[in-house]
Amino acid sequence: MLDARDENAALRMVRIEKYFGLVSALRRIDITVGRNEIVGLIGDNGAGKSTLVKILSGVFPPTSGELYIVGRKVNFRNYNVKQAHAHGVETVYQDKSLGEKQDLWRNFFVGRQITYPFGFINVRKEKEIAEEIMHKTIGFRGEGITVDSKVSKLSGGERQGVAIGRAMHFEAELIVLDEPTVALSLKEVGKVLEFVHKVKQSGKACIYISHDIQDVYEIADRFVVMDRGEIVARILKKDISLKALGEFMLDYAHGRKDLETI
Amino acid sequence: MKRARSPFSFVRKLDGLPIALVLVTLYAAFAITAPNVFTGYRIYMSFLQTVPPMLVLALGLTFVITAGEIDLSFSAVVAFSGFVFAWFFKSFDTPWAVWVGILLALSSGALVGYINGLLVARIGVPSIMATLAAQFFWSGLTVLLAGGLSWNIKGIQDNIVHTIFTGRLFGVVPVQAFWALGLAIFLWFVLNRHRFGEAIMFLGDNPNVARVVGIDVEKTKIQLFTMNGVIAGFSALLLTIEMNTFWTTQGRGYLLLALAAVFIGGTSIAGGEGSIAGTFFGAYIIGSLEAGVVATGIGGYWTALVSGLVMGASVVLNILIGEGRFARLSKRLQSWGLATRSKTTARSPSQDDRGLR
Repeated sequence: MLDARDENAALRMVRIEKYFGLVSALRRIDITVGRNEIVGLIGDNGAGKSTLVKILSGVFPPTSGELYIVGRKVNFRNYNVKQAHAHGVETVYQDKSLGEKQDLWRNFFVGRQITYPFGFINVRKEKEIAEEIMHKTIGFRGEGITVDSKVSKLSGGERQGVAIGRAMHFEAELIVLDEPTVALSLKEVGKVLEFVHKVKQSGKACIYISHDIQDVYEIADRFVVMDRGEIVARILKKDISLKALGEFMLDYAHGRKDLETI
Repeated sequence: MKRARSPFSFVRKLDGLPIALVLVTLYAAFAITAPNVFTGYRIYMSFLQTVPPMLVLALGLTFVITAGEIDLSFSAVVAFSGFVFAWFFKSFDTPWAVWVGILLALSSGALVGYINGLLVARIGVPSIMATLAAQFFWSGLTVLLAGGLSWNIKGIQDNIVHTIFTGRLFGVVPVQAFWALGLAIFLWFVLNRHRFGEAIMFLGDNPNVARVVGIDVEKTKIQLFTMNGVIAGFSALLLTIEMNTFWTTQGRGYLLLALAAVFIGGTSIAGGEGSIAGTFFGAYIIGSLEAGVVATGIGGYWTALVSGLVMGASVVLNILIGEGRFARLSKRLQSWGLATRSKTTARSPSQDDRGLR
């Protein structure tokens, strides 16, 4: 396992806690993700995975704790989605990464447009780069989908491909994938996993969040298991089989496990 | 997955084309039924005088509806800003006062819009409710301040401002038509080629997406309503200066007309997509109906009925073209006629929707 003090780690979360009023959503969260590593974050509904994602991607700050991205400490006072992007954290959500009724090229650049003076968008340049991302980074084989297509014309897997391609284009240090395969057909899931493999090949770090253990097992180098706001286990892939991991998770789902770590 | 190109695809590419065709068809129909009126230029000059204030309102409203919000207060701004302008012009009858009056009229529009924006974005009042309340409040305040009276500002006719905003180019063409056209072109660029417009589209598409791509949703909403207030203030100026009069109920009749212009122009009530060009032609359709029907000679009682018919037909046309049903129809015709064509595996919308969940 990676040393938690590794200064070069893509991501280091130290004692992150989050309260909503008096309700505690996250307690004592320490996670380190090395470069070129895919960490699978797993846990049942309500385990706190989504809360963790929102903290990482700048939607809201934690109540306490520290966050380091490639060794740089994040100042939560002015940490927001734009700051997260500037730090190199990109997030791919299951369903809210892309504007459905918008053209593909807009979706690549929304929030950080290439502009002329006074904020007018350089459409030609954005389209050119979007085209390049689609063909080189994501590997869309240009069948009927162009940068002018609306997102609603894309299949679920293609949409996730666009979101992942966008993250890679903006040179993310860390790509957070929040349940990217929920509600996709098996074939589409395969495509998404292929995209994630490309991320790893390009030397970026990934947190892959899912409650579908099969996907996570296929893609991740190690697993962090969460339950009711806490990390309950850290497991290397080589130490556990898919079947054993599944049984392990089931035990939590049925509440048979106590909060002991292995 | 092959997606066949349909011969109708170009219709969707050009912003506002279907509704422009409706406008041309409408004028052609009027030219046949009322040739005396519609083959001369005068009727068109009269449209260029009467439509701009309503068109300007509809342009601003297009942004609001694209953002998935609604604004019902703009007609009250036409009265309130008009009052502010008329009051200042009458009270300080000096050459420079009129410019201050213009500035104040636009600022009071901004104020109304800003308050709307605060209510919607910060407090979370649904925009239909916030702006409905604002509509009553500001028109009520206008009546109070004006003492329920109309104000004659005939002196404005001798002022340069009258020439600049509502003069007649070559003695015939109303200048306000150029102001409205210029504003439409400018706002087309803002909506389609500017960061702000893109933020508006994503906001209307899905506020959650807007938030996670880094758009400041609250700030954008406040800017949106403020902008619409300023635009309504500008409409008030065009109207008040043209009429040389302020009256307390001015603008009230524009509420439903401007909404209709936006919707028949192809902007979707669902948000996320808006057509400035569509609104432009839509406003001229709406603004031409009454005169056209009356000139046709079937009688003024028919106006509302025909208006409803044209509006309904325009919206249906826009939906059919927008959803690509024409494309599907033409594809089916091809598959019947040309069996050699490889089968297209067009996905049904329900399958596409999988990715939504």
